[in-house]
Amino acid sequence: MRLPYYPGCTLKTTAKNFDTSTVASAGALGITLVELPRWNCCGTVHALASDDVMHYLAPIRNLIRVEDMSGEDLVDETKVVTVCAMCYNTLKRANAVVNEDSEKMQKVRDNMEKENPYGGEVEVVHLLEVIRDLGWSKVADRVERPLEGLRVAPYYGCLLLRPRGFGIDDVDNPQVLERLIDALGAEVVDIPFKTKCCGAYQTVQMVEVVAELSHRILDQAVRAGADMVVTACPLCEYNLGPRQEEVKKLFRDFDSIPVVYFTQLMALAFGMEDAAGFEQNTPNPRLVLEKKGLLKEEL
Amino acid sequence: MEKDELEMITIYVMGKKHRVPADLTIMKAMEYAGHQFRRGAGCRGGFCGACATIYRTQGSYKLQGALACQKIVVEGMYIAQIPFSPAEKKTYDLDELRPDVKVFLEYYPEIARCLSCNTCTKACPQDIMVMDYVQAALRGDIEEAAKLSFDCLGCGLCAVRCPAEIVPYNIAQLARRLYSRYIVGLSEYILKRVHEVEEGKFDDEIEELKSLDRETLKNRYETREKRL
Repeated sequence: MRLPYYPGCTLKTTAKNFDTSTVASAGALGITLVELPRWNCCGTVHALASDDVMHYLAPIRNLIRVEDMSGEDLVDETKVVTVCAMCYNTLKRANAVVNEDSEKMQKVRDNMEKENPYGGEVEVVHLLEVIRDLGWSKVADRVERPLEGLRVAPYYGCLLLRPRGFGIDDVDNPQVLERLIDALGAEVVDIPFKTKCCGAYQTVQMVEVVAELSHRILDQAVRAGADMVVTACPLCEYNLGPRQEEVKKLFRDFDSIPVVYFTQLMALAFGMEDAAGFEQNTPNPRLVLEKKGLLKEEL
Repeated sequence: MEKDELEMITIYVMGKKHRVPADLTIMKAMEYAGHQFRRGAGCRGGFCGACATIYRTQGSYKLQGALACQKIVVEGMYIAQIPFSPAEKKTYDLDELRPDVKVFLEYYPEIARCLSCNTCTKACPQDIMVMDYVQAALRGDIEEAAKLSFDCLGCGLCAVRCPAEIVPYNIAQLARRLYSRYIVGLSEYILKRVHEVEEGKFDDEIEELKSLDRETLKNRYETREKRL
């Protein structure tokens, strides 16, 4: 099945490992992700002001290009797959706004003479939804190297689940990452703060705020005996991963713990370790994976 | 009288009304009306980007852009030239840069303000996908940015229209420089030719050309393709 794939800018820069592991692991499940031939910024944050039509141009143009791809028979469905939680949230909500408000749809069209008019036909989905629909047994069947003995704490953050109606799972007690971890042969470590805030963009100017919030989440995972935390959002990954340097400054006895994308675990379990790109993660997840005997022997 | 109306049209240059022949370019029509170009005219062949012009036509709200040497005037056209687009051009040493997204953010941080509104693309007289190359640069795809912007003349119309105040053509130039320096690398053919020039391979021909009179040179130029 060929599906349109919208990677988003972070997956082309600081989260290349999210991109390579996504394309490889989806491919292993028979899902060919076809990147949009041309795409622009997702819009980054959903426009909250109701008259802010300008900020809908970016997300809607991406959806127009998905319709174009479909028209050119490059893909089998007009269902665009995202993995970055921010891209997913922004594209999905912008799509809903213009589909529900014909005046806004018209305004967007009026400002886009270079593009085909948006037909409103695109469905925005997250890769986790596609895999869930495929069936967890299919995922388990594809596993070549079960992640036995690996204790993984799922962390969702906000944009995958909120607001209600746009999330991919239950707002309070999501289970999709748990089911995936289970299907890959790893052990789920439940942490109460799995949907709490990571500090998001405060990371730009109020690093201590992020350090405190990250510490709350990570400390729970460490205390619960997790070997690593798994996420689906590049901003969460950054705040929980590389920002551990700041956590250590505030909490001197803090033990660091690796943070990886769910697609990296899939790639590893599917025997596609190179596509996982663990060398881009901070802290380094290879140490614990090596200890558990989950890496290739020559490494 | 009837014949005259068929051939002549009315245009407005900086608000002043002129009757000009209908088949002229904006540049020639302005000269016909008495303007003399000191700035805003260069190659007159659509290659240099010096004659950036904005215009509106009667009955349309659209502000459009064109090269004055390429666009034919139409009835009721309102014209203003933008011979120069004020923009700071950063100084950098190409050998000290690294070909990744950080270079763009360091020298032109306003690139992150891009709204993807596509106004730049609509303004481009070269039909370049300006917004798409700005977005490509923003995610570090230097090759895509260089290739999409290849036909840019640097006329500046994108820069004066951008609501985020980005100067796209500077981004494009940086992208193409990084692309040629770090991705394509040195061209063997050019090195070979430079070597030949230095060895004096073309000295005799140059000397011969220098000795020719104007008429012969003109004739050589006009028949250059036949002789090849």
